[in-house]
Amino acid sequence: MPGSAAFIQFENVSKAFGTAKVVDALDLHVGQGEFVSLLGPSGSGKTTLLMMLAGFEAPTGGAIHVDGKRVERLPPYKRDMGVVFQNYALFPHMTVAENIAFPLKMRGVGKAEREARVTRALDLVQLGHLQDRKPAQLSGGQQQRIALSRSIVYEPKVVLMDEPLSALDKQLREHMQLEIRELHRKLGLTVIFVTHDQGEALTMSDRVAVLNRGKIEQLDTPSGLYDRPRTRFVAEFIGETNLLAGTVSARTDGVATVVLANGGSISCAAPDGFAIGSPALVSIRPEMLHLGNDPAVLNALPVTVEDDVYHGDHVRVHLSCQGQRLVAKAGRRDVVLPVGSQAFASFNRDDCTLVAP
Amino acid sequence: MSAASPNLPGTPGALAFGAVRLAFGALVVAFLLLPLVAILPLAFTDSVFLTYPMSGPSLRWFETLATSDAWKRSIVNSLIIGSGATVLSTVVGTLAALGLRRELVPFSGVLRSIFLLPMVVPAVVLGVGMQILYARMGLASSYLGVIVAHAVLCVPFVLVNVSGSLASIDPALEKAASSLGAPPTAVFRNVTLPLAMPGILTGAVFAFATSLDEVVITLFVAGPNQTTMARQMFASLRENISPAIAAAAFVIIVLTFALLLVVKGASLFRPQRNKQRPQQT
Repeated sequence: MPGSAAFIQFENVSKAFGTAKVVDALDLHVGQGEFVSLLGPSGSGKTTLLMMLAGFEAPTGGAIHVDGKRVERLPPYKRDMGVVFQNYALFPHMTVAENIAFPLKMRGVGKAEREARVTRALDLVQLGHLQDRKPAQLSGGQQQRIALSRSIVYEPKVVLMDEPLSALDKQLREHMQLEIRELHRKLGLTVIFVTHDQGEALTMSDRVAVLNRGKIEQLDTPSGLYDRPRTRFVAEFIGETNLLAGTVSARTDGVATVVLANGGSISCAAPDGFAIGSPALVSIRPEMLHLGNDPAVLNALPVTVEDDVYHGDHVRVHLSCQGQRLVAKAGRRDVVLPVGSQAFASFNRDDCTLVAP
Repeated sequence: MSAASPNLPGTPGALAFGAVRLAFGALVVAFLLLPLVAILPLAFTDSVFLTYPMSGPSLRWFETLATSDAWKRSIVNSLIIGSGATVLSTVVGTLAALGLRRELVPFSGVLRSIFLLPMVVPAVVLGVGMQILYARMGLASSYLGVIVAHAVLCVPFVLVNVSGSLASIDPALEKAASSLGAPPTAVFRNVTLPLAMPGILTGAVFAFATSLDEVVITLFVAGPNQTTMARQMFASLRENISPAIAAAAFVIIVLTFALLLVVKGASLFRPQRNKQRPQQT
């Protein structure tokens, strides 16, 4: 996590449209040089949050600081931020070079230096040969790279990206993810990246803020989010998970024993909180469930195999455990049990976690 | 596929439907163009009557336009008044379209309707009203009066065209310009105005064409010194039906077409080719 000082600070920020609260008393700190994704379903407030940072929306409460200065009353053109829009927003009546030169022109950069910097910005995205084309003559991926280089040519304090890759096909999207990531590393950019694609958020970000109903459910590193989700929403939104309801019956530092609602008990890694007697959900990722015949191992759930679904690199095994449906991912080398057979699904204590119900 | 599907390409049903569509389209086009076909050849007649059959081809009526004082005068007047009305209505109409764009002004819906009113109000009513008003203001029988009167009629055309092209501008473009450091005036100059330009030019052509053939209001507000071509045609139609009218009509049509071509040509040179080249990434 590069740069630990809070470079961008949202303090108790709210935004309401009429009576609808889109962003609700939200705090978020982002360090300089950090790549933070805002991830959430549509309507979670992630784009509104970005628009408030860019200056296109004014918060109805709270304060936003960038680089030590309050910005929420500054108009967008005084904020010195690069914004990359979902549909690229390239000026159709200007050439590629004119598009990239635009922010420099607005800053009164002289012609010679302007041209040099445009050339450098174009080389950065390897599209120098297209500088005299109009945007309509470029492919989607090329337009996206031009938009990207236009947003960094004036070395803004922060680059904001609003679902910039959602219009591209899958292969190109994955390629651009790596390219943006590389630019971020090479130039030391501070990036706020809005997406509804969890794969994108996990692969690109230093940290991810998962938003739901205008609040941050969890702000964590990608592996933190995946391995240690704090809430049911995060557990279900990031990846796929099996949730088993139960009650905490014993706990020591970092470990809790949970008595499941449908019988049996599980020993589970547990974050702070979850006192004895409190209800909890045990979250187990499908790839952490191992199928076998040994009931003696720790955390073994008796299951019936309902269905096997072939997915090429893995097999999804649908299980039922005393009426509850579970999913396991079996690798290609794992033994595939025939449908209808009885087995035990086991998992390690550290491969599951407790979330609040 | 045994069920009858008349709209499948190639089936007899589809062919018949296509033929009916084509015939109907041709009829409508004929209905629109036949009056022109009827009158325009008479501009080149050598007879003194505006009737068929033509006895022989001649350019004598164009010569009349160019030599007769009344016609010469009317052509110059039409150009002066047409240009004035075009400039005035284009500026006013464009400003109105910009102001009403985001519906931020209270009653913007009502305001828009008021701006469009001259399209629906009978010209006679407007003409009488203006005549009374101008008499009070001392604008009667003045160039300025006729220009303003024509501009009132032209504003709706500009407003509609400019509003259309403003509506087609992606709001993200102006946001992008703003985030890139452009204050509102620079956003307007560099993004909004250039992108609205096709609509502004089209509106201006409509305005000029409207002014060129306006008769009714001109009859009320113009004095003998401001006789326009359209009014001169109207006047000579009552006195003697001379083929000079057809020649004048020809001139007006050519002028309008030329303007239209200029505007369309200008927008053709803007690369609007959305089909991109082979994708290379």
